[in-house]
Amino acid sequence: MSKLLRNALTMLVLMTAITGILYPLAVTGLAQVLFPSQANGSLIVKDGKPIGSTLIGQSFDDPKYFWGRPSATSPQPNNAASSNASNLGPTNPTLTDAVKQRIDALRAADPGNTQPVPVDLVTASGSGLDPEISPAAAAYQVDRVAKARGLSVSQVQAMVAMATTGRQFGLLGEPRVNVLKLNLALDGR
Amino acid sequence: MTSFDFFQVVIYLAVLLVLIKPVGSYMALAFADTPNGVNRIGGKLEHMLYRLAGVRADDQMGWKRYAIAMLVFNLLGALAVYALQRLQPWLPANPQHFDALSPDLAMNTAISFITNTNWQAYGGESTMSYLTQMLGLAVQNFLSAATGMAVLLAVIRGFTRRSADSVGNFWVDMTRSTLYVLVPFSLVIALLLSSQGVVQNFKSYVDVPLVQHTTAVETVKDAAGNPVKDAQGKDVTQSSVVTTQTLPMGPAASQIAIKQLGTNGGGFFNANSAHPYENPTPFSNFIEMLAIFLIPGGLCYTFGSMVGDRRQGWAVLATMLLIFVPLAYGAIAAEQAGNPALHGLAVDQQASALQPGGNMEGKETRFGIAASGLFATITTAASCGAVNSMHDSMTPLGGLVPMWLIQLGEVIFGGVGSGLYGMLAFAVVAVFIAGLMVGRTPEYLGKKIEAHEMKMASLAVLVPCALVVICTAIAVMTPAGVAGVGNPGAHSFSEILYAVSSASNNNGSAFGGLSANTPFWNVLLGVCMYLSRFLLAIAMLAMAGSLAAKRHVPPSAGTLPTHTPLFVTLLACVVIVVGALTFLPALALGPIAEFLMSVR
Repeated sequence: MSKLLRNALTMLVLMTAITGILYPLAVTGLAQVLFPSQANGSLIVKDGKPIGSTLIGQSFDDPKYFWGRPSATSPQPNNAASSNASNLGPTNPTLTDAVKQRIDALRAADPGNTQPVPVDLVTASGSGLDPEISPAAAAYQVDRVAKARGLSVSQVQAMVAMATTGRQFGLLGEPRVNVLKLNLALDGR
Repeated sequence: MTSFDFFQVVIYLAVLLVLIKPVGSYMALAFADTPNGVNRIGGKLEHMLYRLAGVRADDQMGWKRYAIAMLVFNLLGALAVYALQRLQPWLPANPQHFDALSPDLAMNTAISFITNTNWQAYGGESTMSYLTQMLGLAVQNFLSAATGMAVLLAVIRGFTRRSADSVGNFWVDMTRSTLYVLVPFSLVIALLLSSQGVVQNFKSYVDVPLVQHTTAVETVKDAAGNPVKDAQGKDVTQSSVVTTQTLPMGPAASQIAIKQLGTNGGGFFNANSAHPYENPTPFSNFIEMLAIFLIPGGLCYTFGSMVGDRRQGWAVLATMLLIFVPLAYGAIAAEQAGNPALHGLAVDQQASALQPGGNMEGKETRFGIAASGLFATITTAASCGAVNSMHDSMTPLGGLVPMWLIQLGEVIFGGVGSGLYGMLAFAVVAVFIAGLMVGRTPEYLGKKIEAHEMKMASLAVLVPCALVVICTAIAVMTPAGVAGVGNPGAHSFSEILYAVSSASNNNGSAFGGLSANTPFWNVLLGVCMYLSRFLLAIAMLAMAGSLAAKRHVPPSAGTLPTHTPLFVTLLACVVIVVGALTFLPALALGPIAEFLMSVR
C-alpha cells in the first residue's frame, strides 16, 4: 500500500508539473509571441490606452448609438467581470415581458418605425457580452442613428458595412456587425 | 431548417470523418508497447517519469490492482483540487484576491473535475485564482481524460488477451494517454484558439472606459445580508452610474483546449464557450466542436485496430452516428422554428440573408442557430458539457435533445475513453439479446459472454439510470431541492431532471437557471458524479479481468457477426430502448409537457 501511495503521489506531482505548469507556460510563451494582440484580449488601443475590446460588447441605449444584444449580467448589463445569461425558459412569462419592454424601448427611441424587430435585438445573449448584432438588427437602427446624428442614411449604411463581417471563410457562423467598432467610428474615434 | 443549417452539420461531419483514421492510428501507436515513431521520440521522458515514481513499466496488473491504482490516483487528485480551492487566498497567482471556497462547493468541484464531469456551481472569473485553475482544474482536465482512456485500454485488452491474469499497467496507460495524446493535441488546439482571440496571459483584469455610461441596479441588503423590502413587499434597489468595464484575463486558451479535447467542459469563464474570450469566432467554435469528438471518434478506430478487425471499430462509430445525426438536425430544426411565445409580438424570427432568426435567447450572434444547435448536440452526445448557448433557454423540444442524449448514458461518442467502454457494455448487452433470440451462448470479439460479463455490463448500463431516477425523486421531494429552480411550471422540473442527469452521466452542462451552489445540491450532485464514474469504471474493469482470463473462441457458423449493418441497427436499438423506457415518463413531465403547453 505504501508503494502504491508513493507511485500515485509522485505521478500526481509529475503530471501536475507537466500539464499544470509546463504546458500552460509553453502555450502562453508561444501565444504571446505569435498572437500578442489576441492573447491579450483583442484590445482597442487609443493614445496608448485601452478603450475597449473588439470581442466584448458594451451597453448602449442612446438613440445616437447602435444598440447591441440585451445583456442579463448583473448588477449592470455587459458586466465583463461576471458573464451570465438570463437562463429564462421559452415559456416563462418573464421572458415575454422582457421582450415586450425591449420592443417598447426601441419604439420609444425611434417613433414611426413599425417594422418587426429582428429577434437578436430583443433577446439576451448567452454570455451577456455579445459584441455583435445581425445585419438585420443593424439595418433596423440605421434611420434612427442617422436622424439623431444629422447624417444621411447612406453615410450611416457605409459605416455599418465597414463594421460588418461575413461568414468565416464563407462557410462558418453568421454574418454580423460589431457594435462597439461601429459606435466608435460614428464618434470619430 | 435552412440549407445553411443543413450544410453546417455536413461540413462538420466530413472534417471529423477525415480525421478519424489518422488520429485513431496515431493513438494505436501511442499506446503500443512495441518500439515505434511515437515512443522513440517520447520514450526517454516517459521512462524518466516511471523511474521517479518508482513504477515498473512491465509490471502487469490484474483488474483489481488496476482499479485500486485508478481509485487512489483519482482520490489524491481530488484532495489536491480541494486543498487548492480552500487555500487559494494564501497561495500565489491570485491577482483578484478571491476568497477560499465553501467546503461543500470545493468538494463538489473537486469531484466534478476528477470524474471528467466539470459540473460548475461557481463562476470561474469571479471565484477561482489562476493557480487553482491551472494546478487544480486544468490538471484534472488532463488526468480525468487520461483515466478514461486507461480504463478503455484495460477493457480492450480483456478482449485481446487470452487466458491471461492481467489487463495492463494503469500508470503506463495513464502516462502514455497524457504525454502522447492529450498534451500535444491540446498544444495545437490552444494555439489555434489563441489565434482567434482566446486570451492567454497572466495579467490582472483590464479596466476600460465605457463609451456610454450605464446604470447598475443592486438590491439593498441589511446587516444580516437579507434584502430590504419596501411597503409593497418589493426589494428596495439602489442605482449607481458605471463608467468602466472590467475585462477578465488569464491563461484561458491552454485550459479551453483540454476542456474540449478531454470532453471535460468546465469553462474558464462563467458563460463557458458562449463567452467571447473563450470562443471568439465561428472558426474557434468549429475547432472546439471538432476537439470534442476527435478522441472519442478516433478511439473507435484505435479499438478496431487493437482487436485486429477495423470493421469492429467502424461498426461502433456507425452506431454512434446513426443516433447522433437525426438528433442534431432535430435540435437545430426546433431552435430554427423560434419561440411560439413571441409570435404575437412585433418580433421577426424568420431566417433571412441578414439574420439567423429562430430562438435567439441565450445564443450568441456569431453562432446563430446552426452552430449553437450543433454544439449543444455534440457537447451532450459526448460527455463534454461545454456550452456555446444556454440550454435552459432552448425551445422545449430543442432542449429535450441534449437532455436525452445525456440520459442515453454518454455512449454516443461519450467521454474520452468512457464513452467507448460504455458503448462496449451496450454491445455486450446487444449480443446477449441476439443470443437469447437464437438460443446460443453469445460471443463478442471472440470471447464468450457469460453470466459474470452480463452482470457487469448490466451494472454499467443501469447505475447511471438508477442514479438519475432516484436522485431526481429525492430532489423534487425536498424543499432544498426545489428551492433553487429559476423558471416556473414544467420547466422547473426540467431544470432538476437535467441537473441530476448531467451529474449522474458525468456530462456537466446545466439548465443554468437552477441555483446549484447550495449544500443540498453540492452534496447530492457530488455523490451522483462520484458513484456513476467509478462504479461504472470498476464494473468494466471487472468484466475486462474475467474476459482476459478466457480462451479465444474462433467464430463459427452460429456466431453473430458484429460488424454488419444488422448489428449496428441492433446496437442502436438497444441504446435507444434502454434510454427511452427509463426516461420517457420523466421527460413527459418536463420538456414534453412544456412543449404541449407552448403550442396549445
